[in-house]
Amino acid sequence: MMEPLIVFDHLCKFYQMGDETVRAADDISFSIDRGEFVAIVGKSGSGKSTCMNIIGCLDVPTSGRYLLHGADVGSLSKNELAETRNKMLGFIFQQYNLLPKLSVLENVEVPLMYAGVPRGERRRRAEEALERVGLIDKRKNRPNQLSGGQQQRVSIARALAGDPPVILADEPTGALDSKTSREVLGMLQQVHREGRTVVLITHDNSIAVTAPRIIRLEDGKVVYDGPAHGRNALVGGEEAAG
Amino acid sequence: MSLGESFTMALRNIRASKMRTFLTMLGIIIGIASVMVIVGLGNGMENYITESFQSMGTNTISVTLMGRSSSRSVSEEQMYEIVEENSRYFDQISPLVNLSGVKIGTESLSYTSVTGVSEDYFNMKQYTISQGRGLQYLDMEDRLSVCVIGEYLSRTYFGGDALGKTVRVGGRPYTVVGVMTQEGDTLEEGGADDCVFLPYTTAARASGMGTISSYVVTVTSEDLAYQAKEVLEDALTELYGSDSVFSVISMTEMLDAMNSMVDVMITILAAIAAISLVVGGIGIMNIMLVSVTERTREIGIRKALGAKERTILLQFVIEAATTSAAGGLIGIALGYALSSAATVLITTLLETSMAVTPSAASITMAFGVSAAIGVLFGYLPAKKAAQLNPIDALRYE
Ligand SMILES: Nc1ncnc2c1ncn2[C@@H]1O[C@H](COP(=O)(O)OP(=O)(O)O)[C@@H](O)[C@H]1O
Ligand SMILES: [Mg+2]
Repeated sequence: MMEPLIVFDHLCKFYQMGDETVRAADDISFSIDRGEFVAIVGKSGSGKSTCMNIIGCLDVPTSGRYLLHGADVGSLSKNELAETRNKMLGFIFQQYNLLPKLSVLENVEVPLMYAGVPRGERRRRAEEALERVGLIDKRKNRPNQLSGGQQQRVSIARALAGDPPVILADEPTGALDSKTSREVLGMLQQVHREGRTVVLITHDNSIAVTAPRIIRLEDGKVVYDGPAHGRNALVGGEEAAG
Repeated sequence: MSLGESFTMALRNIRASKMRTFLTMLGIIIGIASVMVIVGLGNGMENYITESFQSMGTNTISVTLMGRSSSRSVSEEQMYEIVEENSRYFDQISPLVNLSGVKIGTESLSYTSVTGVSEDYFNMKQYTISQGRGLQYLDMEDRLSVCVIGEYLSRTYFGGDALGKTVRVGGRPYTVVGVMTQEGDTLEEGGADDCVFLPYTTAARASGMGTISSYVVTVTSEDLAYQAKEVLEDALTELYGSDSVFSVISMTEMLDAMNSMVDVMITILAAIAAISLVVGGIGIMNIMLVSVTERTREIGIRKALGAKERTILLQFVIEAATTSAAGGLIGIALGYALSSAATVLITTLLETSMAVTPSAASITMAFGVSAAIGVLFGYLPAKKAAQLNPIDALRYE
């Protein structure tokens, strides 16, 4: 049997706030196989961002282990963490997080640049990624000349450009209207169909059901881990507005 | 990411905020320009001084004997002996006897210099004769009443036809036997060409002084000037039994002394000007710190996308160094412009041809220093940027 790509093994993340310890992630265990599409869902403050930061190698757990592709992320140096983010992960943020001074094409090139891909190939791969999200004709524009939906598609292109095995989307539709939200979610499904592992983080049940599997968090604990259509899958979630 | 790309990125960020960058550079620009002008001024002064000395002859040593009241005295024969015995150091010697009171016809010339010299003097000074002859050994031997005059006197008082005419010094008549080739840039009263040279023996007799107290000696090579001076001092000390009754001044030594004085002055001035480089560096640090704060989110994004601390550090250091080096280049250009302006100003105001010349070394150094200041003062902000926690940086609004 193939080893899972992402493993949380009794993972905890505590924050010390004065005398009080905030248990942002409290003994979380789950594993995600290569090629899965999983939504991590929960109310505000339930620990989603904490999990996302750890999966994204932006942060390390207080205790327990996080294995990514078999490697214990907790034991990696800062440089190794940066390299892992670059090679293994494609980030899609709620706020798009494009660099405002760079053109659309240059934005998509950034992860490739840090991967040391030579200029010519970098350009080619970035253009390819832009073509896939249908924005090749906007490659010379600045991000602020694009609509929210378009910017999010650029950020998807950027996440895909380096061809990482894991795509991590943190509230990717949080700033979009429902039509563009559907477009972006459709794109994530497409990315998943192409064989990539997609982790979607959202507070919104109606978004979460895009994924076949749901992991529900409450107060830093996993309260449900199963198929999106399973009983209790949507219990306690916040209903989508509108 | 390559160094070239970091550099391109730095240029972009600099161009994105031109006004701010320019203001940041200002300290560096002013610092570099003023250091350059001051160093250029120093070079100009040294060149000017060196040229002036060279026209007087840097290979000459002046000797003044003050031993008149002491029982012993040193005769001209003894002086000639010293020179001949140390031919490794000394080339030629001429006594100098100064007289005054020149009259041509009925006109008294109070600015004309009158000097009694030996037949070697013209050769020592590299003066040449344009008409007639120079002074000769026989003129000395026979104490002839002849003279060589400068071009100024020849033109002004004899219409260029002075040979055989008479010049009076101290009431005595002297026949002009030669005219010296023009020495100065212009012919003027009291200038290099307003002069009369007599045989020193004739002049010594006319002056009524028993011994000759002033000599000029040429050394075989400027490199030996210091040793030659010592040899001369030792010989005179032995003859006098004292080292306080004569003075020996080497032109090379004087030139060196003056140049080192200029050096000290210029170094002090340049150091003061360099303070503005430090101020400029602090300006760069300040603006880089602001820039790091403003770009916190960008740094977070870059880190999330795989930028290592080293890469971020390099990016900011290169940006600071590029800003500073660009300021340096502008400063160098400004320094050049100011130097040329100063040259024109000095030439017209002081009527001396002194060129303010910034040296290539000072320019290279100015550029190096400005880049180094950027690295030095950019390092702290860059370090701060590199060490930002990516999560906090991403959350930063
Ligand atoms: N840096 C931090 N310092 C202290 N407490 C934190 C920090 N980050 C998150 N928390 C706390 O951890 C809990 C989980 O937060 P978070 O993971 O952001 O939840 P979510 O993304 O689901 O809203 C919250 O109670 C939050 O206040
Ligand atoms: Mg959150």
